[in-house]
Amino acid sequence: MLFAGLIWLTAAVVAAAFAMKRWWFPPPINTYAANFDSYFSLNIAVAGIIFFLAQAALGWFIWRFRNQGRRVRHTEGNNRLEVVWTAVTLALFLAASVPSAVLWSRVHLDLLSPTAMSVELLGQQFAWNVRYPGPDGRYGRTSARFVNDAAGNPFGIDDGDPAGKDDVVSGALRIPAGKPVLLRLHSRDVIHSFFVRELRVKQDLVPGMEIPLKIEADKPGEYEIACSELCGLGHHQMRGLLIVMPPAQFDAWLRQQREARQ
Amino acid sequence: MENPTAAKVHAPPGGFLRRYVFSTDHKVIGIQYYLLALFSVFLGMTLSALMRYHLVYPGEKQHLFQLLWPNGAPDGIMTPELYLSLMTMHGTIMVFFVLTTAPQSGFGNYFLPLQIGAPDMAFPVLNMLSFWTTLLSFLVLCSAFFADGGAPLGGWTAYPPLSATGAIAGPGMGTGMDLWIISIALFCVASLMGAINFLTTVLEMRAKGMSLMRMPLTCWGWFVTAVISLFAFAVLLTAGILLLLDRLGGTSFFLPAGLVISDRVLDHSGGSPLLWQHLFWFFGHPEVYIAILPGMGLVSTVLSVFSRKPVFGYKAMAYAMVAIGLLGFLVWGHHMFISGMSPYSAIAFSVLTLAIGVPSAIKTFNWLGTIWGGQLRLTTAMLFALGFVSVFVSGGLTGLFLGQPALDLYFHDTYFVVGHFHMIMGVASIFGIFAATFYWFPKVTGRMMSEPLGKIHFYCTFLGAYAIFIPMHFAGIAGNPRRYADFTQFDFLKDLASVHKFITHAALFTAVIQLLFLWNLFWSWRRGAKARENPWNATTLEWALPSPPPAHNFGINPPLVKRGPYDYSLPQGGKDFLMQHEGEEE
Repeated sequence: MLFAGLIWLTAAVVAAAFAMKRWWFPPPINTYAANFDSYFSLNIAVAGIIFFLAQAALGWFIWRFRNQGRRVRHTEGNNRLEVVWTAVTLALFLAASVPSAVLWSRVHLDLLSPTAMSVELLGQQFAWNVRYPGPDGRYGRTSARFVNDAAGNPFGIDDGDPAGKDDVVSGALRIPAGKPVLLRLHSRDVIHSFFVRELRVKQDLVPGMEIPLKIEADKPGEYEIACSELCGLGHHQMRGLLIVMPPAQFDAWLRQQREARQ
Repeated sequence: MENPTAAKVHAPPGGFLRRYVFSTDHKVIGIQYYLLALFSVFLGMTLSALMRYHLVYPGEKQHLFQLLWPNGAPDGIMTPELYLSLMTMHGTIMVFFVLTTAPQSGFGNYFLPLQIGAPDMAFPVLNMLSFWTTLLSFLVLCSAFFADGGAPLGGWTAYPPLSATGAIAGPGMGTGMDLWIISIALFCVASLMGAINFLTTVLEMRAKGMSLMRMPLTCWGWFVTAVISLFAFAVLLTAGILLLLDRLGGTSFFLPAGLVISDRVLDHSGGSPLLWQHLFWFFGHPEVYIAILPGMGLVSTVLSVFSRKPVFGYKAMAYAMVAIGLLGFLVWGHHMFISGMSPYSAIAFSVLTLAIGVPSAIKTFNWLGTIWGGQLRLTTAMLFALGFVSVFVSGGLTGLFLGQPALDLYFHDTYFVVGHFHMIMGVASIFGIFAATFYWFPKVTGRMMSEPLGKIHFYCTFLGAYAIFIPMHFAGIAGNPRRYADFTQFDFLKDLASVHKFITHAALFTAVIQLLFLWNLFWSWRRGAKARENPWNATTLEWALPSPPPAHNFGINPPLVKRGPYDYSLPQGGKDFLMQHEGEEE
């Protein structure tokens, strides 16, 4: 009964490999990411148990009911069993959808206070651009006509709009630690996707749309932004940096950038 | 059903061309589809082997690459655009020309009329036309390799604006992309013709006594798949035409205003890139079930035959297929959780997606119920059917993660997804194809395939599949994005080098092992041991005919069907099965 043994072995190796956690998430950098991790752990535990039981049962059946030349008892099914396992799986899946919806809402449906800091993130083939509004919180008008990467204007900021005079444009996404930030996601060519592993968040940047995304990072440091939607031949090198700074340091940096603009 | 005209049409046609090439015989057409899928699967697999090699040895020169693609690998090293074009072609070939073609058009064509006691498909000429349109579609797709700039690099999902803006968006996005869209549109037309044929055949051509609830579950699988195809391919065809119009006709269905690509400002305005995703996935998710439902039917049959037990819960199995078919059209949004669509709709799509797990679980429980208490004959066909159940469980469980937007928020477009869908859509469906091949080979050729070779092939493929696709989940948990031409540009990907190396070696091993199958298939076709009449002691009607079946199947005397499809181990003693046309009316 080679196959029965093989299924058990496979199930055991797979389960052990997951339990090892050798290749796993990076440490979380906010409470949402920590919640994500514990919700994932719950899921992987439940799925792991079902996986192991199902494979073990399959292997056991193959061994137990190996052909010994006996006559088989004719049976066509059992309605009570059908009802039981339908109900159990339905309950399990519906139960999963509730905490999942709650966790999802925390990223996408929680309203931000209007004073939250806002930052614009623009994707292009194959780079990330960041724009901070001036102290008034207003972004300058943009137009595709003014886009000029060589002149340092990837957003196409219109010089004729005074609100744009104090906008700060940067290549890296710098944010203050411990403060909620509202990202306004844009793309000027094809679809890109913003993904920072440590935040446990991913969101597409779609041309023609402004997509809001709330992020917050508690732990200062540098984290890689990896484009996660196929955007062309340079997709694999569309790397950006999220730099989380202590708030005072961040304020100083932003002030300095604004002064340099004027 | 008595149909003397059809029998006359199918007097064995004279001439090689009429008999084997431009044949209207559903059996010949079934074999043609199968051979097309066989060629495609080896082509698609070879592409993936080359990609896997490049991923772990990105800097190593390979003369072969240079030989095959002088422009795409000028110094023997794959360029990113070549990598992405191979990836696009791999996905397209596998999804359309293997997973859609073999289980439904190949086996379905050959065995649906035989299993329901029909002389042929309802529309034999339309059937021939479907095949030739599919072949044309395949040739158009392959011609993209030779187009200026090469094959498209936008993936099999072809998201605009990347796919809609022409050559400025990247190499292969000019002519190559046009050819890709034309190929897919042709494929849609062929599939629509096929779907109409399958539906009419099931509804109109069943032999007397073959009620719907007496059909083998394979026929239920092909029937529900045909319904899905009819609705899904119609939408994809429409989407493809709109995309072509955006590219060539100056329309803006998928293109918003203000696009700047390669320093050029485009003058499109008013379209939405998300519209494509809605249309594409309205096809794309049901497509998964197009690939798997025929396999589910086949696996039910094979488990029953080789356990010598009726399928456990036949009705539940048939209804579960119908439920999967219906729900399959309500879950497309789970491919778009992070696309920018309303986060409220994500919750609705999530609940519906988890709900589709219920009929899938019902099927799994009933498969286990079928083998419970049986006397299992572990033929190669049976091993592949049991292997199907194993990978279906493994691949299904990871779907539980991706169906929840809160978790998809991290796993979307990572290798976790690649592992998931290869396991459930790729490996499971292909195990279904293998099981069907071993099971029906004696019917088609009158000979048996080699069991020892078949078993070695099975064991290696089973282990290989787990060795390739389970580690991909680890890469996904570590955040590895998919569709990256190499992993050298990010610090966090460097830690995953050993995982990818392992996957590549497992993939190359598994790919080589498939040659065993190819050898077994063609060697047995010529030299295999002669098959007994009904070698598996099966109950369904195709085994009532000689092997290979005569050109006109049952001729003008179709069998009178008296019982359900799985009457094994009946209590009255004697032989342990009754065929559907044998015994007393049930």
